[in-house]
Formats: sequence, structure tokens, C-alpha cells
Amino acid sequence: MSLPGTDPTGPLNDESYIQLLAPDGTRTASEEFDPWLEDIDGDRLAALYQDMVVVRRLDQEATALQRQGELALWPPLLGQEAAQIGSGRALRKDDFVFSSYRENGVAYCRGVDLTDMIRVWRGNRPSGWDPYEINMATPQVIIGAQTLHATGYAMAAKFDGDDVVAVAYFGDGATSQGDVNEAMVFAASFQAPVIFFCQNNQWAISEPVGLQAQGKLSDRAPGFGIPSYRVDGNDVLACLAVTRKALDHARTGGGPSFIEAVTYRMGPHTTADDPTRYRDANELEDWKRRDPIDRLAALLSAEGLLDEALRQRVQKAADEAAAEMRAGCINMAEPADLELFDNVYTAPHPVLARQRQHYERYLESFEAAEGGH
Amino acid sequence: MTIMTFGRAINTGLRKAMENDPKVVIIGEDIGALGGVFRITDELQKDFGAHRVIDAPLAESAILGTAVGMAYRGYRPVCEIQFDGFIYPAFDQIVSQVAKLHYRTRGRVRMPLTIRVPFGGGIGAAEHHSESPEAYFTHTSGLRVVAVSNPQDACTMIQQAIACDDPVLYFEPKRRYHTKGEVDEDALEDALPMDSARVEVPGTDVTLVAYGALVQTAREAAQAAEDDGISVEVIDLRSLSPLDFPTVEASVRKTGRLVVTHEAARTGGLGAEIAASLTERCFYYLEHAPVRVTGMDIPYPPAKMERHHQPDLDRILDGVDRVLGRPNSLTGLED
Repeated sequence: MSLPGTDPTGPLNDESYIQLLAPDGTRTASEEFDPWLEDIDGDRLAALYQDMVVVRRLDQEATALQRQGELALWPPLLGQEAAQIGSGRALRKDDFVFSSYRENGVAYCRGVDLTDMIRVWRGNRPSGWDPYEINMATPQVIIGAQTLHATGYAMAAKFDGDDVVAVAYFGDGATSQGDVNEAMVFAASFQAPVIFFCQNNQWAISEPVGLQAQGKLSDRAPGFGIPSYRVDGNDVLACLAVTRKALDHARTGGGPSFIEAVTYRMGPHTTADDPTRYRDANELEDWKRRDPIDRLAALLSAEGLLDEALRQRVQKAADEAAAEMRAGCINMAEPADLELFDNVYTAPHPVLARQRQHYERYLESFEAAEGGH
Repeated sequence: MTIMTFGRAINTGLRKAMENDPKVVIIGEDIGALGGVFRITDELQKDFGAHRVIDAPLAESAILGTAVGMAYRGYRPVCEIQFDGFIYPAFDQIVSQVAKLHYRTRGRVRMPLTIRVPFGGGIGAAEHHSESPEAYFTHTSGLRVVAVSNPQDACTMIQQAIACDDPVLYFEPKRRYHTKGEVDEDALEDALPMDSARVEVPGTDVTLVAYGALVQTAREAAQAAEDDGISVEVIDLRSLSPLDFPTVEASVRKTGRLVVTHEAARTGGLGAEIAASLTERCFYYLEHAPVRVTGMDIPYPPAKMERHHQPDLDRILDGVDRVLGRPNSLTGLED
């Protein structure tokens, strides 16, 4: 008997998913999904390409910053650019994202300040960006907890009669959490305008997806009464089209949808992880042949769009973004001594105020001692 | 002034909060047509609609988690946890999300949730229906925790809790739901702040600190002690986080003797925090080590044993005797 998730012929490795752009760059026609891509002309294809290249470059830069001791930790998204850019670019500005910590590609689509992207990982702040500025909640570390927040936000949007959609991003590991299953119950019962966007990147740290599920993750949602899609997560066009369709469904009162984007975490779980201890190097090589950026480059080449000017423009954008992030990281102001006491409560809390006051005096006692020498 | 039961007083407070702010919604199990298993939300769904009084599927983590999402969108959700022992499935959402989101977002996202929890024993209930889990939450920064003891406070403090921009756990002593009292429905403006304790019975010999259901028992104990010539000052804590130390300290400086009582187990309970803090704050005023009269360090026992677990009038008086150095149940015990 094989261990869970290790059977290469099992249903989890079934490649039956929505694919509009094959790994070799061939565009597949789809009656159902092509209408959702009618506006994607050459310029927009180039823009998607640029987004993915820039996000990969930012991810590499952050990994390098961690290796150089400038960041404490970084959770790479390498390999998941199409899933994040495709879905992220489908969203409207007033939609609201509730993500895990790996969705920096989505945050990029939301327009995040690049220094805000790394504040948490430098250890300077408990969060980076203002959620209301980019309509994206502060990333969630407790696995799957944000799916409930997205569902509640969607319920509230429906109370308000607003046509915004909440999108929950999570991974294959999260599908085992009670919160994710409870979120699907609530979303279905209240017909909440929420999308459950699951990036199945095959690995939850060292645990293969087969340990989380013996069937396709996308097969779970229909059991909750939620329409479900299984999409090639390394195909930016398929991710864009399917997300647009699910958004429209939610906006027009159709309720929740579940999207399983089948992709691959090419890097470690975080910079503290060592995947060579638990996975076969050949697996990575297999997935490199399905690289999300290469296949869009192949399509652009085939259509004669990937000329030197575009290459240079994209390279320049990536280099500039990386330089901006690096400068933001190195020049980030250190937190003040007593900042840790701020924002625990919205209003004065006498017990905490007294603790803060005592600690302030403790710190001052060093200054007094130094002054005495 | 109207005479009403404790339960009706909470219902009245909820109704007022909903009338005053359209962003107040209530979510919980069986709170709609049934009006809650204790009828605290009686008639509210009929009057405010199913979008504002939401019968939730049976998932406590989701009740809290969806309320977090609603708060992100500017709502002020009131979550009803049906029984104290059912709060644990929601523990992660309360402790990791509700309590920390304001801090995590550096003040950008507010979590003005109110979490109503019927707590404590004395109703002969089955397992998981009589617990006192307040110390788990007073140990968690970012939360405010209150426990109400009488119909007037029940009515005003539920409104204060809902109006508060911080998350508030509101503990209701379920065995007092049918206690009647005078309630001024419009007392909100002049009401004592939610985080203040109140001297219930003035006295000079012993400070007796209680909250929730035991405030009434403490009053009865003070009356009984008075018959013996002992003057007991009873303090209703009302707020368990933050604790109103100045009020307790002023009393202890006067009496020199402190007894704390609660139904929750002793180890790591509120009594430990109060005894330690008061010892730090006014050690030289103490005539005796603080005394705790609490529930036992056991799982909540079956109904026919609960009288041994819960502090009652006689156990509190025994604690008063102990702190006064009078003959008591432990007299002569070396260890």
C-alpha cells in the first residue's frame, strides 16, 4: 500500500482541468470561457506577462534579502504567478481580498506599496498595508481562518445591497481546516458573494496534497452546494477567465463559487524550509516544464509580440520594482521602543497603561544610570 | 423605572442598541423564531428581520469568523454563544483574530464585536452547560471582559459593550436570568463606565470581591456577617478586563482584608490575579493574606454534586472568618 498522496496515478494527479493556454504556448479555444477574455488583446497579454515577471522578480529579491539577513523570513510564491496574477487581475478595485501570507502576487495586483509588502517579514510591524487602501485584509497566518472573514464580509456586502465580491485565498493544506469547511457551509446557506480561491500547490510544508484529500479538492465544494471549477493554475488566461466568471456569478446574486487552481510551489514553504528532505527533485523538473511565465512568453512569441522593446520594458519594470523593494527594506525606520504598546485597544486601558508606564521608567533607569557615569 | 427580569433587561438593551445603530446585527444559534434557548433575543428577529437577527448554522468558529468579516465592513456584530462550554470551538477566532486585529492592523481595522456568553452553574444542567471560562479571555490582551450581576447593569452594560469599539465578552449569569429588578431603560447616559467596579455594600472590616451570579450571594453573606457584628464591604467587579484596581485597592486599604470569590476553578483564575495585584499594590495595608473562595480545580461536576463545587453563602462566610483570623474550617490545619 502506498502512502497517502504518493500514488502518481491517483485522482489528484488527474490533469482534467480548464486550460486555455497549454505549456507549449498553444491557445485552446473554449466556448464557455473565451467570452470572458474578449478584451484580452496583445497589450493586455503583454501586461499580464509583465505582471508575472515583475512578481517573480520581487519574490526573488525578497528571498535574496532574507538570505542577506535583511528579512527574517519570506514565503516564496515561485511557480504560482499565473494563479495569483490571473485571479488578481480579474478583481474590481472595490472587491475585497482575504488572503494567506503567500499571496504577494495578488497584493501586487491590488497596488500594494512594495515596502509595505515586506514590513512584516523584516519584523518591524505586525502588518504591512492599510487593508482599506487596497481592499485587501492583512494576510492571515492561521491556516484557513480568513475564509470565514471573507464569507462574513460577503454576507455584510449582501446586507448592504452592494455588488462587491469577497475573495478568500488559501492553499490545499487549508482545505483540511474546520474553518474552511464552516465557511463553505455559511457561504452556501446565506448565498454570500464570495469566491473560495484555492491554490493547490501540491505541498503544505512537507505534506503532499494526498494527505489532505483522497479526491480532487474541487470535488468537495459541490457537496456544500457550491459550484466548483478546477483550473490549470499555471495558465494565467484560464485563471483570469474562470475568476471573472465566478465574480460575475457572485455579483449577479448567484452566490459563492470554489476555484481549485492546480499549480506547484516551486520553492520552499518559507525561506526556513528545506524541501530536499521531503520531495523528489524530478518533481520540480516536471513542473518547470509547465512554468506559467514560459508558456505566456511562448504565446506572445508565436503571435510576434515578444519583441526586444517588450523584453526591455518588462526587464526594466522588474529591475525597478526590485530596487524599490530593496531600498524600502534597507531604509525602513526601526520601531520606537514603546510602540509595542500601541493599538492593543481603541480606548484607554488603565492596566495596560500602568504596565507601559512602569516599563518606560525601567528604560529610563538605564539612561539615568548612563548619565551618572 | 420598570420591574423586569434579568433576561428581559438584556433583551431590552439589545433592542435599544439595534434601534440606535443599523450596523448592529445579532448572530447565533436558535436566536430567531425561538428567541434563543434562554429567550434573550425574544421577538427581535420578528421586529428587525432575518438580516439583523441571524440564525446561524451550528458552527461557533464560523459565528465568530463571519462576524470578523462583517466588522471589517463596518458592522457591529453581537455573537450569541448558546452556552459557556460551547465557546471553545470559537476560541481561535476570538483569541487569534478578534483580539488581535486592531493591533495587527495598527489601529486601521476595528473589531467592535460583543460576544454574549451565558455562564456559570446552578441550573442542574448537563456537561458543558455550566462553565466559567472567563479567565481564558482575561488572559488575552485585546479583549475587554465584563460580567453582569443585576438587571440594571445587564440592560445598560450590553449597550455599552455594543457601543465599545473594542471586542467585549459579556458574561451573563444564567441562573439569575429570572431574577427581577428595577430597570431604568434610559440610564445609559449617566451610567457608570463599563470598566468600573462598584461598591455594592459598604463596610469596614473585610473587602469581599465578586462578579456575576455570586454578587447576590456575596450580598447575602455580608448581611449574615453583619448579624455577627462583622462589617463586609462587597465589591461587584463588573469588569474583569481591565480590572478596576483603584476601587478594590481603596477598599482594601480601608479594611486590610481581602476575600475574592468566583465559580471558576481556582488555579490561574481571576482570584489569583486580584490577590497578587492587591498584594503588590497595598502589601503594608494587609492584615492577613488574601483569601480565595472558588470552584474546585475539577471539570464541572454533574448536577447533584455541583453544590460542593460552587461557592455558597456558608463557604464565603468561612472565607471571611479565615481572613479575620476567626475560628474557621481550616483552623488547626498545618498545611
